[in-house]
Amino acid sequence: MEEFTVIGKRISKVDAVDKATGRALYIQDFKLPGMLYGRILYSKYPHARIIKVDTEKAKALPGVVTILTGEDIPPIRLGVYKDNPPLKSGKVRSCRDEVAAVAALDPEIAKEAIDLIEVTYEALPAIFDPEEALKPEAPLVHEDHKTNVLKMPWNLHYGDVEAARLEAAFNVQERFTTTWVTHCCMGTSGAIADVDNSNNLTVYTNTQIPSLAQKDFQETLKALGVKDRRVRVIKPSIGGGFGSKLDTYAYEHLAILLAWHARRPVKILFEREEEFLATSPRQPTVTYISMGCDREGKLLYRDMSMVLDNGAYTSWGATTPSVMMMPITSLYRVPNVRYTAKCVYTNNTYCQAMRGYGNPQATFAIESAIDMLAEAADIDRVEFRRINSNRPGDVTPQGLRITSCGLPECIDAVSKNLDFGQPREKGIGTGLASLIHVGGGARIYKSDGCGTMIKMDDYGKVDVFTGASDMGQGADTVIAQIVAEELGVKVEDIHVFHQDTDICPWDVGAHASRTTFVAGNSALGAARKIRLRLLAMASKATGVSEDKLVLKDRAFFAEGSPILPLPKLLRSSHFTPKGQMMMADNFYDPENENMGRDFRGNMSATYSFGTHGVRVKVDEATGKVEILDYIAAHDVGRAINPMLLDGQVHGGVLMGVGYALTEQVILENGRNMNPDFRDYKLLTAMDAIHSKPIVIETVDEKGPFGAKGIGEPGCVPTAPAIANAIYDAVGVRIRDLPITPEKVLAAIKKKKGAVSCGIDVFTQKEQPCE
Amino acid sequence: MSREIKFILNGNPICIAIEEHWTLLYLLREKLGLTGTKEGCGRGECGACTVLVDGLAINSCLYFAVETDGKNILTIEGLAAEDGSLHPLQKSFIENGGIQCGFCTPGMILSAKALLDENPRPTETDIKQALAGNLCRCTGYVQIIESIEAVVDKRIEDINVVVRETGDSD
Repeated sequence: MEEFTVIGKRISKVDAVDKATGRALYIQDFKLPGMLYGRILYSKYPHARIIKVDTEKAKALPGVVTILTGEDIPPIRLGVYKDNPPLKSGKVRSCRDEVAAVAALDPEIAKEAIDLIEVTYEALPAIFDPEEALKPEAPLVHEDHKTNVLKMPWNLHYGDVEAARLEAAFNVQERFTTTWVTHCCMGTSGAIADVDNSNNLTVYTNTQIPSLAQKDFQETLKALGVKDRRVRVIKPSIGGGFGSKLDTYAYEHLAILLAWHARRPVKILFEREEEFLATSPRQPTVTYISMGCDREGKLLYRDMSMVLDNGAYTSWGATTPSVMMMPITSLYRVPNVRYTAKCVYTNNTYCQAMRGYGNPQATFAIESAIDMLAEAADIDRVEFRRINSNRPGDVTPQGLRITSCGLPECIDAVSKNLDFGQPREKGIGTGLASLIHVGGGARIYKSDGCGTMIKMDDYGKVDVFTGASDMGQGADTVIAQIVAEELGVKVEDIHVFHQDTDICPWDVGAHASRTTFVAGNSALGAARKIRLRLLAMASKATGVSEDKLVLKDRAFFAEGSPILPLPKLLRSSHFTPKGQMMMADNFYDPENENMGRDFRGNMSATYSFGTHGVRVKVDEATGKVEILDYIAAHDVGRAINPMLLDGQVHGGVLMGVGYALTEQVILENGRNMNPDFRDYKLLTAMDAIHSKPIVIETVDEKGPFGAKGIGEPGCVPTAPAIANAIYDAVGVRIRDLPITPEKVLAAIKKKKGAVSCGIDVFTQKEQPCE
Repeated sequence: MSREIKFILNGNPICIAIEEHWTLLYLLREKLGLTGTKEGCGRGECGACTVLVDGLAINSCLYFAVETDGKNILTIEGLAAEDGSLHPLQKSFIENGGIQCGFCTPGMILSAKALLDENPRPTETDIKQALAGNLCRCTGYVQIIESIEAVVDKRIEDINVVVRETGDSD
């Protein structure tokens, strides 16, 4: 095995000291001289005509500087489908629709001004069920769109599903649903916009996409009639991302519009309730799945269709089928696959990317159905997964080229560590589920690239300017480790800049678990350029040939002994005639492919795999599920930093457990009924699970030092693993997330033949036993 | 209504005129510029604003500034020693992966300090209970709990081997 000095070490996060001492600055902590405070008025109705917006009283309030309504702003359309103006005029389509915005001297005045704005609405019939919204008589959310179905046809059919169905010895056919859950970033959303006298714009904002946000903000400037001005995006420390910051939002554009009109910096900072009401949750799904295998348990086909509740506007939630296609076509070997998904406008909240980007929803259906099919075929569920496991060298029906693949090892590791053979106790059961995810970037845009610039000073200190974004996951640290290893210096010699588009290179964003792979490779390439120059210079200075020189611990070594300190060489390069700067840049764009018209294409340069196993105890009297053991095995290529890797897994697992058991944004007629931490059941330290992460290192040939992405996988297979364990424990199959005690209890009672299944706590209605 | 209060803040005496409706969080962040204390919800549900008042962990978003009169307040900015050396809990959170996005960290560390000051040998359940009011979305709490356990283990080690610390290591 290769000897590394920095790679593979449990190195503390490079910004941890600032965060442990309260010095790290978040958007909450930024104030600019002369700054005003902005606030947004949201709609009272899920669907209504705006008859009149009267701002007279609000304008008269001392301390109010600017008020904007939908009539006051130029045409600006946000989101992937360009259907979302930052302020609505004519009509509101959901309860989070922005109707007016105020900038005032302090937050209290802004709040009071919002209360003084009088809006007259005419309520319209609304639609909240995506399957109902498909019907011809359903009210239209966007009249000019003519239909509630988005023109994003997600359809694929590889092989011949109907022929395979006839061939199959065993079949299952099921319906699964998932609901809204939200990111719950501990730091709420916020932005400060500042337009200078030449109309250059600076935006301080929480974003995972600084370079793309820069472009979005440029568009808003353009709508205001300003062209070719500078837009600078400054990213403070971010209090959690998880996909929530992959788009730009109305509040950011409203801060810009208010700042433009007021000619003063404007800050909009969400309160927690607003964070629940006006940010975009995970995409909910209704999934129909059928799947079949032959007598030996080999999968023959998988046939899935989905209806997605898009909400009233379109952000990345609507495109999650592009990633769902990956598990649907390629989790386990399955030769014939069909998938169709419809995204449907409703008057609910609109959805966004969230850790896993559709993969958890799809994998919940697939892995629940895999267990049911194994049972139908009377094959052990672990063995069933081994039979169908992906292997290195596979090309899946969608054209994904599987290179490194530790899925068989992950299944074995879970099987061994969870000890499925333990004697059974009443109410206790085990379950497992696996995952595939992009591990080498994901070509969503035309480019999947990331830039890096590196400069090294006289003393061997290194500044790394990366396009990557850290939002707590440790991108800064992993990049520092990669550069330190390549340049033979220590992590503390490296300073990673990722906060400012004025100095950092371009990148498509922190999504798709791509940062370690793509930004890591980008940084590695830049560092390698400098390393090669250093080696050539050192060889010239010492007379030792380059291949005999080793660069480590801030020095050049020959035959095991240090012969030239690195800083000495660096200084000589500056202090000699025709000296040179130690600077390099590198743009890395992985060799992955955009999907074709038939959705085929090798989306990622490599794929990450994993298997989770769980032992649960179900209280048959209450329906409460307790997690006793949890094993999370992941093929990560190589662990660059095992401590941060464990952190991604532990955090992902608990987010997955919340998704499985407790979390739910409750929308009733489009209205959020639980916009706080009392009623939105985020898991606490009391619920912490001592999950055991197992790292399988397959050393991917394309990854930086062999690494693949691990940001999202931790929360992907959690819900089906738990659902399968509940079935194993008490024999009831829950098909709808979250698996609340009420649902488990109702299913247990139904199984036992009881008629009444009690009162539903949310609806206060008699709950049928189904 | 305005009134004057006196209290000890991070070891230093303070005398300041405040409005009676101000929360301690507002006083710290907006008037004293101590932004290490975070606001995560403003309703006492998330614990990001935890500070110590006479050694007890409280949600400063629910605590009126007037109540600090005559009391001793510790915020995250006052936890490291005067020479800048970090408190064992700060070190341990840094070294054991107890920090990701860091927004909950100041509150977590102060809740942990209140626990260890009162109970230097907490069990895992004691730790979980002490942190139950501090939400974290990044870590799944595992490495936070391990960070605190490492401090406890270290103290036991120190006491057994060298017997040089009689009370708190701060």
